[in-house]
Amino acid sequence: MSLAKSANKPLPAAEGKAARAEARRAGGRRYLASLRYSLYVITHPFDGFWDLIHEKRGTLAAAHTFLILFLLTRVLKLMLTSFQFITAPVQYINVFQQMGSLLLPFLILCVANWAMTTLFDGKGRFRDIYMAMCYALVPYILIQLPMILVSNMLTYEEGSFYQVLLSFSVIWCAFLVFVGLMQVHDYGPGKTVIFLIVTVVGASIIIFLLLTFFSLLSDAASYFISMYREIFFRLN
Amino acid sequence: MKAFRRVISLLCLLALLLPGLAAAEDGFSTSYTYTYDYWEEPQESPDAYRVATVIDSMTLGLENLEGIRISKAQSLFVRDDRIYLCDTSNNRIIEILREGNRFSVRRVIREMKGAEISTFSQPYDVFVDPEGNLYVADFGNQRVAKMDRDLNWVQDFVKPTDATFDQSLNFLPKKLVVDVAGRVYALCQNVNKGLVKYEADGTFSGFIGANTVSISMGEYIWKRYFQTKEQRAQTASFVPTEYENIYIDEDDFIYATNTVFSEYDLKYDNAKPIRRLNSLGTDILIKNDRFPPIGDLTWLEGSDNYGPSKLTDITVLQNDIYVALDRTRGRLFGYDSQGILLWAFGTKGNVEGAFTGAVSLDHMGYDLLVLDQLENSITVFQTTEYGQTIYDASETYLEGRYDESAEQWRNVLKMNANYPLAFRGIGRAVMRQNRYEEAMDYFRLAHDRENYGRAFKLFRKEWVERNIWWIVLLLAAVLIVPLTIGRVKKLKGEVVAHELGKVRK
Repeated sequence: MSLAKSANKPLPAAEGKAARAEARRAGGRRYLASLRYSLYVITHPFDGFWDLIHEKRGTLAAAHTFLILFLLTRVLKLMLTSFQFITAPVQYINVFQQMGSLLLPFLILCVANWAMTTLFDGKGRFRDIYMAMCYALVPYILIQLPMILVSNMLTYEEGSFYQVLLSFSVIWCAFLVFVGLMQVHDYGPGKTVIFLIVTVVGASIIIFLLLTFFSLLSDAASYFISMYREIFFRLN
Repeated sequence: MKAFRRVISLLCLLALLLPGLAAAEDGFSTSYTYTYDYWEEPQESPDAYRVATVIDSMTLGLENLEGIRISKAQSLFVRDDRIYLCDTSNNRIIEILREGNRFSVRRVIREMKGAEISTFSQPYDVFVDPEGNLYVADFGNQRVAKMDRDLNWVQDFVKPTDATFDQSLNFLPKKLVVDVAGRVYALCQNVNKGLVKYEADGTFSGFIGANTVSISMGEYIWKRYFQTKEQRAQTASFVPTEYENIYIDEDDFIYATNTVFSEYDLKYDNAKPIRRLNSLGTDILIKNDRFPPIGDLTWLEGSDNYGPSKLTDITVLQNDIYVALDRTRGRLFGYDSQGILLWAFGTKGNVEGAFTGAVSLDHMGYDLLVLDQLENSITVFQTTEYGQTIYDASETYLEGRYDESAEQWRNVLKMNANYPLAFRGIGRAVMRQNRYEEAMDYFRLAHDRENYGRAFKLFRKEWVERNIWWIVLLLAAVLIVPLTIGRVKKLKGEVVAHELGKVRK
């Protein structure tokens, strides 16, 4: 916004620079505040998610950050966790494949949830759903990232401690997803449960359509390629 | 000049022969040895065994002796330096004496003295106790016949008249073992209650080691509530399966193999293709590897011999090392007492070291003898340096000579750097010398989590003891610094408030 304004009105260079710097600082402050706000969200989910969306306490930038951190945590966990606790064939792991296999379902589920809830008076926009989901990943990052380090200080027999904390982080995340969707759409708990199930169904339909689309596309492409070849050979 | 030429030509001839000899020295190229790595992938390894010789009707001179070749031989038994071969189709048992790598027929046993039915009919298995008494699973005559070393008939073990034995069934003994006390355990066709057990005097004393029936919840509900009576009659009923083969070890534990199972159950240890039965018939086989001993873990989709290993026979060497024979792919699998795969080798085919119809297996010391019922030959395998070093290493470890064992495992690693057991062996020895960090490295390479955990625990303890002062200092710093900062801030606040108060006044 500030950039657009300064482009329209020829302001003195020094003033424009100062205004831009000021805007940048304000944006930075807001970003940092929204990052810090995640701690409030995960400890007070009902209040937190409501304010996150309706009081605009969250930012998309922070949501992106959490998603990226989540993917990084996942990969680092596979790579660096002590081999006593994880059976990852490190020699076969493709980092981007690992990230993709998490990112794609995440986005598909967000889209499916948005598509379904829009039809049944869900209040959330796609942006809100995405933001809530990303904020719900925070306990995973906060617990699992340090646990990578901790796993290297534990022995096999002490593994139950490690396992309990990991399970705890996942349960926490699941709870946050539930509450987050509830607050975003202004649903009751029962309706949220139903729409979680509906979301999964919707996601499978999306995957089915995507697969069909790509297979048809490749069929069509191969048809044109073979036609081109046929003509090419005939002409020769 | 002529002599010179002769020498040259002789040398040329030798040179031509040498590559052939060298190839033979390298072991058989027709077969290969492998182990499975942590990721269930077969990793080639040096040969643990190589073919010493192959015995068949020709090499034994049976054509001249009896005029009849071995036909559909079903079983092989070794006692000291004698091999007893059940020549099933010819209703005879051939006793072969081994001297070095020379094998010669000592006796051909066709009948015994003093019995009502003195000849055999399709003898499926033979057992010889340390005193030299022979036990024959006389399949066609429905008995187990016992005779002494001079072939005088002693007694018959016949169909039990007990009510627990289904009297409508024929008594068809296929395999048998005898324990130190002279008790006979017979594996009978169509009997699924376990092994038929006789006391030494011939009285039937019950069944032992019945296979348990395993059925999943879903399967049960499906069969019980969703199938019609006709469907239920057509599908197999829930009956325990028969064993395939049995072997009795030095400590009178019976090893039994089982080839009827669903493929899915194998890796989850529900199929239990190899069992070690105690006197109560309970399976007490030790399984300390990632997967239970089941033969091959993976097989190529669409290959000729597709499917799980069907372990058709088993034999137990010293130190509870056991070897199982797979008839699906004609392979041998060696496991140590902990159930860890030592080596696997063998293949299907007609060349030396390959089998077409492997059916029976026994050992002589560390040598392995495999009977092929289609080739009607016995292949004798001898350990290579590699195989022997593995045996020596595990033996010295069991005897408590850990350093020596580690040295031998190092030799194994020189021959095969892909051998997890060697890393584990060295790791354990190194750990005993309190070199924990080094031990951790070895255990990591062996993917041995429990032992790594143990070594790491000791290493961690040592590390903490060494760095205790740094840890205390760090903790103190972490605790004291925020406290002081808080204090300073508070003081500052008070000063500021005081100043403000002054201004306001």
